[in-house]
Amino acid sequence: MKKVLAFIDVVDGQPGEIGYELLDFARQAAPEAELVAVGAGPQAALEGLAGADRALWTVADGYRPDLVGEVLTAAIVAEQPDLVLVGSTAVGMDAGTYAAAKSGYASIAYVRSLEPLDGSLAAQSVILGGKMVARVAVPDRTVLQVLAGAGSAERGRVPGRPAQVGTLAEPAAKASFEGFGRPEAQDVDITRHDVLVSVGRGIGDASNIELAEELAEALGGVVSSSRPVVDAGWLPKARQVGKSGNKVKPKVYLALGISGAPEHLEGMRDAACIIAVNTDPAAPIFEVAHYGVVDDVLDFIPALTESLRVRQG
Amino acid sequence: MRIAVVMKLVPDVVEELVLSEDGKRLERGDIALKANEFDEQALEQALLLKESSGAELTVIAAETGDVDEMLYTALAKGADRALKLVGDGLQDGIWNAQYAGILVDVIADVGADAVLTGVQANDDLDGQLATWLAAGLGWSFATVVSGVEAAGESLIAKKEFAGGLTANLRLPLPAVLGIQASPEPPRYAPISRVRQIMKTQSLEEREVTAPAGSITVLSLRPPEKTGGAEMIEGDVQAKAARIAEVLAQQGI
Amino acid sequence: MEEKAKAVELPSVTIDGVTLPAQWNRMFEPRVINQYDISVLEETTAIPGAESLGYCYQCGKCTGVCPIDTVGDYSPRKIFRRTQIGIPLIDSPDLWLCTTCRNCLRVCPKEVNMIDIMPAVREQAVLEGKAPQELLTAFENTARYGNPLGEAPRKRADWTKSAGVEVRIMSQLKAPVDVLWFVECYPSYHPRGKDASVALARILDKLGIDFGILGVEEKCAGDSQRMAGERGLFEMLAEQNISTLSKYEFETLMVTDPHAYNAFLHEYPKLGGSYKTVHYTQLLAPLIDQMGLSQEVPARVTFHDPCYLGRHNGEYEAPRRLLEAIPGIDLVEMGRCKERSYCCGGGGGGMWLDSFTRDHTSARLSEMRVREAIEYGAEILAVACPYEVSRFEDAVKSTGNAGRLKVMDISELLALSMGLIPMEALA
Ligand SMILES: Cc1cc2nc3c(=O)[nH]c(=O)nc-3n(C[C@H](O)[C@H](O)[C@H](O)COP(=O)(O)OP(=O)(O)OC[C@H]3O[C@@H](n4cnc5c(N)ncnc54)[C@H](O)[C@@H]3O)c2cc1C
Ligand code: SF4
Ligand code: SF4
Repeated sequence: MKKVLAFIDVVDGQPGEIGYELLDFARQAAPEAELVAVGAGPQAALEGLAGADRALWTVADGYRPDLVGEVLTAAIVAEQPDLVLVGSTAVGMDAGTYAAAKSGYASIAYVRSLEPLDGSLAAQSVILGGKMVARVAVPDRTVLQVLAGAGSAERGRVPGRPAQVGTLAEPAAKASFEGFGRPEAQDVDITRHDVLVSVGRGIGDASNIELAEELAEALGGVVSSSRPVVDAGWLPKARQVGKSGNKVKPKVYLALGISGAPEHLEGMRDAACIIAVNTDPAAPIFEVAHYGVVDDVLDFIPALTESLRVRQG
Repeated sequence: MRIAVVMKLVPDVVEELVLSEDGKRLERGDIALKANEFDEQALEQALLLKESSGAELTVIAAETGDVDEMLYTALAKGADRALKLVGDGLQDGIWNAQYAGILVDVIADVGADAVLTGVQANDDLDGQLATWLAAGLGWSFATVVSGVEAAGESLIAKKEFAGGLTANLRLPLPAVLGIQASPEPPRYAPISRVRQIMKTQSLEEREVTAPAGSITVLSLRPPEKTGGAEMIEGDVQAKAARIAEVLAQQGI
Repeated sequence: MEEKAKAVELPSVTIDGVTLPAQWNRMFEPRVINQYDISVLEETTAIPGAESLGYCYQCGKCTGVCPIDTVGDYSPRKIFRRTQIGIPLIDSPDLWLCTTCRNCLRVCPKEVNMIDIMPAVREQAVLEGKAPQELLTAFENTARYGNPLGEAPRKRADWTKSAGVEVRIMSQLKAPVDVLWFVECYPSYHPRGKDASVALARILDKLGIDFGILGVEEKCAGDSQRMAGERGLFEMLAEQNISTLSKYEFETLMVTDPHAYNAFLHEYPKLGGSYKTVHYTQLLAPLIDQMGLSQEVPARVTFHDPCYLGRHNGEYEAPRRLLEAIPGIDLVEMGRCKERSYCCGGGGGGMWLDSFTRDHTSARLSEMRVREAIEYGAEILAVACPYEVSRFEDAVKSTGNAGRLKVMDISELLALSMGLIPMEALA
């Protein structure tokens, strides 16, 4: 493997974590290859990409789907890399498959890891709602859509800019950008969040919801709940998970003081990673959880929030 | 505006997923298939567009299983036409690149100037259909769209990023959209209406040939079994530290 | 203010030789007649099935017995009145609150029949896209998976693995049986429903009854979906079940679910499926002497009559005979029992309208009922409908009575006494 391109998501001037993760992922998978970061955004977004050997950059603002697709296509055509990495993100979904189709590359999605296969590589892709892992041969000249978390952003983020930054002319785009919309602080739609900190009757009292709010903030998620918490008026109805509430499928679902009644499970059992905390070791929630902690949530939540803050420095 | 909604059947993961003998694919005869839920969102978005701007709406699906019910349901919900693509080899399922290859001609014949489909499906191992199609057709596009409005010769699409940030995009027609969510939940088609449609309306059929697929699956298997929760032991600090680590592994 | 005539109250009065009892005597006041635009009422009563709403003469008897009126402002009288003054029922939350418990019909002198009115108007609402999303999800699940829970059809007989006795599946058995047991959805999938199914399987086995189940071939009987307004779905399910049942030979069709009981008794025959149908309590009651009810179940028990077993179909005795036969049980009746029984809130689609109902009432019926059971000193609330275990157990918790009241299916109590399930189940 000689050359790997990593596509850096930039939205609203801000590079996403996924870009750093891809740089790390590329280094782990092909340490010897030349690593080129590609992206469209302000120059400032190159900061932290020093882990790449080079960068190919288009200076652009706003956001246009076909622009990112064309930038990646142009980079592929110019560089002829062996492997192209994009994130499984809203930006990667615009760029990855489109550029593969345009440049005659193969495309493999939902990749969580790579492994050697007779001098070449095989990708492990998580499909079918996480119920199956496919091993797929990675032909020469492939675009991989890599899942968040497959690489480490911590390792991938290297202060400074890449040693060499080439410029890609801004390609023509059909779409025009008409501005960003910011979510209103009030209207939380729990079905659209990757991290849910969900509290049940075990939280004890309305005043303890705050602990969960702090944890959610540290995790970049929002607070949801089982029905009794909503019934008690501690949280609005829109936060209820379950049969008569919302069906959610977050990446991480923290069930804090929730027993795991079937009506609750109906709404969350498809979450990719379920972490349950409950004082009762026999609580049914532990049957669907991936990780379990037997503890008092009132002790555990602050400890976890603290732990996260320490990790995040 | 003429809208084509492209739908597909995907394995229903509520049911058991049975592997073929060679362990490389699902045994299609033994699994349950259902409409891709994001395609249902795309259909709802198209119906809303039709209601607000008077579009003509054709629903298209390749016969990669029993698609009749899905297509009749779409008619019952308000689609004007339903087109079933039939041909050899489809029944085993096709990759999105192949599907897009078939659809390029079909969409030209339908005369659509907007294609709506689901942003993703649980089996699109070779990338998403919307972008395969956009590249094949050479049209403007956006994926992860959660709201579309007609505006003369363009569509205004709301694209979603992580954390609720959205971008408003003006896409000149013709355009392809990968729909994440419709502003309204997919409407319910009462069974009596679906059954009525089955008696009174018929599906159009068209013979197609799928191009070769470009992806080689070496094996398919369930992820390492966790077998119930992994219980974390230790004092509260140790447990919290371990969970923090788990969260980091999940990319959080 | 105008002077109003003063009523003279006598127990009875004789005028021109005709004796009139007191109620005739009461209406001395001049009646105020108003002119209404009753087009909304007329539109509603024009829906086939909803005609009888127009018969109401506002006597108010129903208001006193409607369970929803105890947690809200509701009753057929009020529904009629609101429709009469121009509030369309089809757009009103009122449409989805009735649990079709049938208590009003019991007392209504005018045969205003909510059991016909509700499904008829709801069907119209479903067709017009006006039904609550929660309910539609249950419909979609039922249409796709054959059960409202959205569980895998192929797992429908999985509960039999924990039965500990042989439960034969008709498609494998290829022989006639005496009893074909129609298990239904909650007893097949809900953890607590499965407990009751296991208990019942063991009882049947112990009694040497020759029985089989349909397993994966069984579909939801569909009665509650029908009452909730999805007649098309009901018909589809019924056709499938009738065609499946036609493949097998059996003497008796035994159901666990009173809603299925109601469907098989009254609705399936209209679609060509007539069976000798019994509820499991009816099958077991005559066999009490053979059951070997030897273990004591020392507890004060009260029984909640399921609306669809009791009021709808007149069976009050079989469950009671079974409970009374269990040694140790002290059976107490709640004030609202038998034909006057309260409702658990799950019927008529209520099972799939939990959030909606909460928004329009002050408490869940299941919570009211659990409080009543506790008032009567019960330690165990015995039930005979699969909706109820989940509803009441939840209500025990939500009313803060965890540990004070246990909810058990009659089959579980019988199995306990027969020594077929461990006494720890009582703990
Ligand atoms: C028709 C119907 C619809 C329903 N719909 C829904 C729905 O949409 N969503 C829903 O959630 N429920 C729903 N329910 C209710 C459901 O049955 C359960 O009652 C509910 O989910 C229980 O919520 P919970 O787990 O928070 O409370 P509980 O079951 O009371 O559990 C509380 C848990 O917290 C633990 N705990 C207590 N204190 C602590 C502590 N200090 N630290 C850690 N753990 C502690 C306990 O051990 C227990 O396991 C529905 C019920 C019905 C009948
Ligand atoms: S059927 Fe029951 S719930 Fe419905 S109106 Fe009559 S009494 Fe009330
Ligand atoms: S009991 Fe019958 S007639 Fe009397 S108010 Fe109620 S619905 Fe009307």
